[in-house]
Parts: sequence; C-alpha cells; structure tokens
Amino acid sequence: MAAASPDGLAASPLAVDDPTPAAVPRRPVPLQLKAGLVIVVTIVLLGLLAPWIAPHPWDTISMRTRFLPPSATYWLGTDEYGRDVLSRLLMGTRLSLAMGVSATFVSLAFGVPIGLAAGYFRGRIDEVLMRSADVLMAIPPIMLGLLVLAVTPPSLWKTAVAVGFVYIPPIARVTRSVTLALANEDFIQAARARAESASYILFREILPNAWPPLIVEASLRVTYAILLGSALSFLGLGAQPPSSDWGLMISEARSFIDRAPWIALAPGFAMCLLVIGINLVGDGARERLDPRLKSRVGKG
Amino acid sequence: MAGYLARRLAFIVLVLVAVSILVFGITSLLPANVAYLILGPFAPPEQVRALELRLGLNDPIWEQYGRWASGILRGDLGESMLMNRPIAPLLWEAIVRSLTLTVTSFILIAVIGVTLGVIAALQHGRPLDHTVSVATYLGIAVPEFFWAIVVILVFAAWLGWLPSAGYEPLSAGFWVWAQHIIAPVMTLVFGHLAHVSRLTRSSMIEVMQSPYVTAARAKGLPERVVVIRHALRNALLPTITVLALDFGRLMGGIVVVETVFAYPGLGRLLVFSIQNRDLPTLQAAILVVAAIYAIANFAADLLYVWLNPKIRYGRGVA
Repeated sequence: MAAASPDGLAASPLAVDDPTPAAVPRRPVPLQLKAGLVIVVTIVLLGLLAPWIAPHPWDTISMRTRFLPPSATYWLGTDEYGRDVLSRLLMGTRLSLAMGVSATFVSLAFGVPIGLAAGYFRGRIDEVLMRSADVLMAIPPIMLGLLVLAVTPPSLWKTAVAVGFVYIPPIARVTRSVTLALANEDFIQAARARAESASYILFREILPNAWPPLIVEASLRVTYAILLGSALSFLGLGAQPPSSDWGLMISEARSFIDRAPWIALAPGFAMCLLVIGINLVGDGARERLDPRLKSRVGKG
Repeated sequence: MAGYLARRLAFIVLVLVAVSILVFGITSLLPANVAYLILGPFAPPEQVRALELRLGLNDPIWEQYGRWASGILRGDLGESMLMNRPIAPLLWEAIVRSLTLTVTSFILIAVIGVTLGVIAALQHGRPLDHTVSVATYLGIAVPEFFWAIVVILVFAAWLGWLPSAGYEPLSAGFWVWAQHIIAPVMTLVFGHLAHVSRLTRSSMIEVMQSPYVTAARAKGLPERVVVIRHALRNALLPTITVLALDFGRLMGGIVVVETVFAYPGLGRLLVFSIQNRDLPTLQAAILVVAAIYAIANFAADLLYVWLNPKIRYGRGVA
C-alpha cells in the first residue's frame, strides 16, 4: 500500500495501516443512478452488438415486405422500403451514441481550456472569453447549428462538429466557475509559490480536481447533443438516407404516420429511453457529488 | 436604475452587433460560392461573374458587411435571393405568426407549469407528486419533433379533431385559425413544461418549510392565503429566470415544430432559406431571433429586479 505512491508525497503516513479512511462515510448509490446505468449500459451494449444481433439486414430494400405491422418475424414491423425497423433501430443506436459522445468531446476539447483560462487569468481574458460566450448563447442552439450547417453539404460528422460547437459556451461557463472556486485553494497558492508554469497549474493541478462536476455536466450535454443532432437530422441537415439515424428515421416516417405509425414510434421511444437513462445517470451522479445542487434544473 | 437600464441596453446592442458579425462571417466565410449556389453548379462563367458583380461579392468582406449592416440600420433587410422580394415584409409576417405560437405557448407554460409545480410541492412525496415529475420528465426527454408527430397521430389521424398541418389566417374565421394553432402550441407546451414545474416545485418545497410560512400559519391564516400570498410570491423568483430561458428555447423550438406542422413562421422561413441557400433571408431571420431572445432576457431581468426588493438596481450585473 505504502509503495503505491510514485512521488512519495501523496500517501499520508497515516493511511499506511488503514487503506479505507473512515473519515468519508459512503453515501448509498441513489436509485436513479442505478436505474439510469442499467438503461444506458443496455443501450450501449445493444448498439455495439447491433451488427451481430440485428435480426435482418438494416438496409436491404424489399418491396414485398413494405409496411408490415409488428409480427413474430419483424418485431417492430417494416418501413416504406420493406426494411426491418428493429434492425434499423439497433444500427441507429450507434449513430445516436456516436453523435452524443463525439459532439460532447468537441465541446469539452474547446470549452474546458477556454473556461480554465477565463477562470484562472481573470481580468481582460475572462471578459473577452465570457462575453464571446454570451454572444454565442444569444442564438438558440438549433439556429446556431443550422447556421453552421447552412452552407456546407450535410453529413453526420459535420452535424456532430456543429452540435459540439454550439455547446462550447455552456461547458466553458461551468469550467470557469469551477476554476474560480479552485483557484483560491491552498494547493493552487502553493503551486504558484513554487513558480509552476500556468499550463502546469491549469492542466495538472486544477483540471484533475475540476473533473467530477465537469463529467456530470458533460453527461447531461450528451443528451442535449443527441436531441439536437437528431433534430438537425430530422430537418435534413445531418445524416442522409439510407442512414438509419433515429432523427432521420422519424423524419422519413412522417408521411406514413397514419398508415404505419410503428416506423416513427420505435425510434421515438428509443430516443426517449436513452435520454431518460443518461439524465438519470447525470442527475444521480450530481446528487451524489453535491447534495446541495439537488434542486437545480438549469439547462441551456 | 437609469444607469443600470442604459448599461443593459448598451450590452444588448453590443450582443446584436456581435451576432450580426458572426452571422455574416459564418455565412460568407464558409466554403461556398454564393453565385454558384444561386445559379447552380453548371452555370456559365460569364453569368456567374455578372451576378457576382451585381451582388458585390468580389468586394472585401468588411465592405460587404458594412453595406449589409448599414442597410439593416436603415430598415432595409435586403432582397430575398430566391424569391426576389424584399425580406422585411416577408420576415414581418413570419414574426407575427411565430410570436402567436410562442407567446400563447409561453403563457400556457407559465400558468400550467407553476400550477403543476405548486400542486407537486403541496403533495410532496405523495403519488401525485411523482406522477407530475414523471410526466414532465418525459416532456424534456422526448425531442419536439417526436411530440409533434405523436400529436398529429393522435389528434389528426386517430381522433380527426385537428388538421395535421398548415395555417389559415384569422380572416378565415377564428375557429379555423385556432385549429391550426392548437397542435403546434400543444407540442411546444408539453416539451417545455418540465423546467418551470420542476423549479417551482423545488423552490416551493423550500419556501413552505421556512419560518415565515409557519408564522403565517400560526396567525391562523387560511392555507390558501398562506400558499398563494405568502409562499408562492417568493417561490416564483427563480421560476421567472427559467421562464425567460424558456422563451429563448421556444424560439428554438419553433424551427422544428413549424417545419413539422408546415406552419409558415420564422422557423420555417429559416429552414426554407437554408434549404434554398437564401443567405440574405437567413442572416436577417437569425438576427431577428437573437434580438427577440435578448429582449426576452432583458425583460426577465427587469421583472426579477422589480419583484425582488433585495437586489434593487443590480449593481455589477454585466
């Protein structure tokens, strides 16, 4: 146990005999966190295994099996081209997850450094960065996304980048407020006194301590990214046919809603379940990390 | 107060100028030759050059921006590239229609959301509380375009009560007009109820446990007076901020909802101008949305200051 610490400083001598410090009582894992994790893990597994567990090919057009209602062969029915809705749904899971994760990654990659810099250097840098964030936030997210996508031919990765771009300001804001709080802590003062470089303090001292709230924020951003990405696909500015992106599936099924409602309902419910699952995880994790924030429902 | 107002107004102007630069910048800098976009990829080069000259596309970008911005300041939004019509009247019609949707939805969200929040708070921990929580949670978890389709399925396809899409002017009769409004409004309200009701609920629960509510009860005031006159007044403060944010979200929500319901408002104009590469219309429409958004936030801040005597004149608010 004592040998585990590489720099010989982190492990306190008291911890040698007692590997589990009694000072931090474990709170029980909230029920919503468990429920959310079950939902999310199941969906991620289904998405990853989609090519192997999908009962039919997801993109083979067959005119003889058009508009079949749900049955034993086609659990969720077939669409206007006779393709199995369940198989398309499973393949679309990957697209939705990829959209949520990659867009959030883009927001983090830009938002976190911006927020760190603004919160640590304060002054003019802070003013300029945060006022720029205000400007971006003065446009509703979907319109900012539309604007970015307006002049280039649509494709799914561009949508992911655009969605990620849209959510840079909120991530930057959260990072900034966490940084502001951490910058006054003793260990940061100590690092400054040791004349560490700013980048060392930002990325080695502040960032590791800022992760917990950032991860919670990012997990909630994943749901916004999924919803915004699917809305853009729905509007024709994201995934293109014959992709089985959920937003696109719903968009294509729109014309047949009275004849074959199952084509639109299946991806709709799937998205609902995924978003609820991620929200439960995010809310549960937030409650566990900081019980005072329980009532917060902020979103933007 | 005057100084605060002036600062806030100046900031709104600043944001709008920045938004205009951003909008113009993005639409001009992205790799796209506007003349080719208008004329199609197979247009003869001389025709392209003539159009570029007419639109001033070869001038430096700041000159183009200056021309565009000074036009807007004079109230001239330019011409729609596609429809060859001035944008201003087109945009104005769309704004009025969209505001009809958003303002109606906004009022309903405020009234229903607060009511549900109060009910849930008074029933704290009982089944009705959980029901309200789950129902409103569903509201946010499901994308608007899916709600829109469910509304069409239920009210147009199955029940046949409402038309599935379209718009009729008020001159066609109130009921005909209202029928076309109900479905999009329902979609918007359901999709945005959760923030207001959840926040009202949690602040109401907090306020109901505070000493002054106990004192009001001890005075023997009827519960209704305690809840409405004493508790709700304070509990509503955070709700107002969220309502302002919701107005902004509604402005975003109209994009999808108007598209699904083929409702000719601002959102549909925006999508139409993107699909048809009508950049002047796109720029003007986004600028208008940003302006409405900024004004809504400003109004919310004023209301907040007005309702909350503790933060008079909000010093240091940027």
